Amino acid sequence: MTDPSLARRRFLFGASALGAGALVVGCTSNEPANAGNQQQVAGGGGDNAQPGKEVTIGFSAPAADHGWIAAITKNAQAQADAFEDVTLKATEGTNDVNQQIAQVETLLNSDVDVLVILPHDGKALTSAGQQAMDQGIPVINLDRIFDSPLAYRTWIGGDNYRMGVNAGNYIAEQMKAKNISNPVIGEVAGMDNLPLTQERSKGFKDALQRQGFRVGPRVAAQFTAETGEAQTANLLQGNRKLDALWNHDDDQGIGVLAAIEAVNRSEFIMVGGAGSKNMMNNIKSDSGVVKATVLYSPSMASTAISLARLLGQNKGVADFAEHEIPASITTYSAVVTKENVDDYMDIGFDS
Amino acid sequence: MSDVGEKSTVEKVDPPDNAGGPLAGQEPVTTGPTSGARTPSGLRLDIRLTILIGVLIALCVVGYVSQPETFLSESNISTMLRLAAAIGVVSVGMTFVIISGGIDLSVGSMVALASVWMTTLATQSYGPFVMVVCALAVGVGAGLINGLLIAYGRLVPFIATLAMYASARGLAERLSGRSTQVVTQQGYLDFFRGDFLGIPVLIWMLALVFAVGWVLLNRTTFGRRTFAVGGNAEAARLAGINVKRHTAMVYAIAGLCCGIAALMVVARTTSGASTNGMFYELDAIAAVVIGGTLLSGGRGTLIGTLIGVLIFTVVNSIFTQNNLETDIQNIAKGVIIVVAVLLQYGTTRTRKT
Repeated sequence: MTDPSLARRRFLFGASALGAGALVVGCTSNEPANAGNQQQVAGGGGDNAQPGKEVTIGFSAPAADHGWIAAITKNAQAQADAFEDVTLKATEGTNDVNQQIAQVETLLNSDVDVLVILPHDGKALTSAGQQAMDQGIPVINLDRIFDSPLAYRTWIGGDNYRMGVNAGNYIAEQMKAKNISNPVIGEVAGMDNLPLTQERSKGFKDALQRQGFRVGPRVAAQFTAETGEAQTANLLQGNRKLDALWNHDDDQGIGVLAAIEAVNRSEFIMVGGAGSKNMMNNIKSDSGVVKATVLYSPSMASTAISLARLLGQNKGVADFAEHEIPASITTYSAVVTKENVDDYMDIGFDS
Repeated sequence: MSDVGEKSTVEKVDPPDNAGGPLAGQEPVTTGPTSGARTPSGLRLDIRLTILIGVLIALCVVGYVSQPETFLSESNISTMLRLAAAIGVVSVGMTFVIISGGIDLSVGSMVALASVWMTTLATQSYGPFVMVVCALAVGVGAGLINGLLIAYGRLVPFIATLAMYASARGLAERLSGRSTQVVTQQGYLDFFRGDFLGIPVLIWMLALVFAVGWVLLNRTTFGRRTFAVGGNAEAARLAGINVKRHTAMVYAIAGLCCGIAALMVVARTTSGASTNGMFYELDAIAAVVIGGTLLSGGRGTLIGTLIGVLIFTVVNSIFTQNNLETDIQNIAKGVIIVVAVLLQYGTTRTRKT
């Protein structure tokens, strides 16, 4: 203890530990230097844009453990902020079905006019939606669909099957343009046990089959960059030559691209899925293998909030002859390529 | 090889009989907990290790037969080792923890937290060096919290690290806003994704961590104390080892390994995210157990752990290259764990009777 060198060592150790700690604590900020409003909001809707009756919208979504769902939540908030007559009551996202049911019940008891629910599991949340509808609160079911149409007033969501179809058609078209008769077409899917992944893969397979092609090597990642990287690295090793690759999800696409860059492969074209800002920038610069992405855009959350407001104000959609909001809206999985990417940059989400 | 008995005396950590074998041996796995006899080092034939290497070679043969052109190519071997790097480094830390008689369920979450913390815009604005320091500091810090809770707070390792498992990933989600943070510091990517003497930097790092870990475990007082604490903590305490401080340090090492693994994951994926390191704790524990380390502590080797990690990497590669479904892959992984452990179990029992 009295050894001066030991004391000095301890002091130096303590001081450096303190310094490292201070340094690290100062590194938690994630504010971009030029923070702007990057969220997507719907444009004006004729007379509908005029402020009307005050509407309180309850919003419940799963935990944003993924860039897409994070964008859903941010978009909903941004859209609500854009209306001066809308108050948004958003609950903390959860992946616990029981907790989400409890959250919906809490929202029901807090005087909301309309509910927007993106259920973690559509089946499990059906009764909660039904309960709200029974109490006269219209429910907008976002993306993951309830079991019964009685549990929602309007459903709005994406089209997983067509997403696969459009990816397949785009790839087939490119292969024909390049006169490749027997192409090796790879697929990096998302979580295989989710129905949405199965629908996407089925659409992809069906579209390719119609064009006389077939899906070659296929791996399934977990919608994360890390698993995307690991799966793709192995896929590339097993296939020395690819002609095309479809990756279901642009979040995991960051990892997929990292794996491709690590082995300097560029002989094939890659198509993404969902439509992140990052992927759109890659398409725009046209510097790598990414040539297109098929949309499954979280901008649907902004639309859902707009619809909820109109429902609360008893208005229809401008330009529609119907007096009522439609019961079901399916967004279209547009193929974003270099030619049209500028038109879609506004709905690209931060992964 | 030096006389192990003499070494023990010098270190004043002479353990009770039941820890004598593992504590003193250079390759502690060769001597069972109750075996007093020591095989002469030159003739020592490590049956467990031989079996493990056999399994690894058999898997490589399967891979080669199914994909003769690609499987044993330089680029595939390099890819497999790069994929093994992060989980390999985490498994080094896990080996230390398990040998010391503990368990660390939080490694995956610590990797996620370190990878997120080092890739926030604020950290990245200071450049690559600070990113590296940040990841290592976060790893050591989180590991140290585990260690202090276990050693001085008297929490059971399972519970303390379960708490870290939940909260570290929660903090990672909070910091990142659950988004994937892309690395914009090209210097970082150029270095960690690059090669050194024709071999990827990630593989050098894996080799370096294993080498340092091996020396620390088998050639230093610290390593011998780790075996002693895991073999019999009370005896180690009576022998004059500061068991509490040692335990805290072992968990800090596990945290440091997670920080290093985070550097690797960030390099591989060019991004940091709270979803990184999913299920690392299970993969690492599986690799350590396959490698022959006793889950109750006091015995184990790093070489075994390394082979355990490689076995899983090779299996993944075989399955993907042959375009097999992931569900079959999971079944195969389970079977491999059981078979590998049963084979080793069988050999130790036959030797005893």
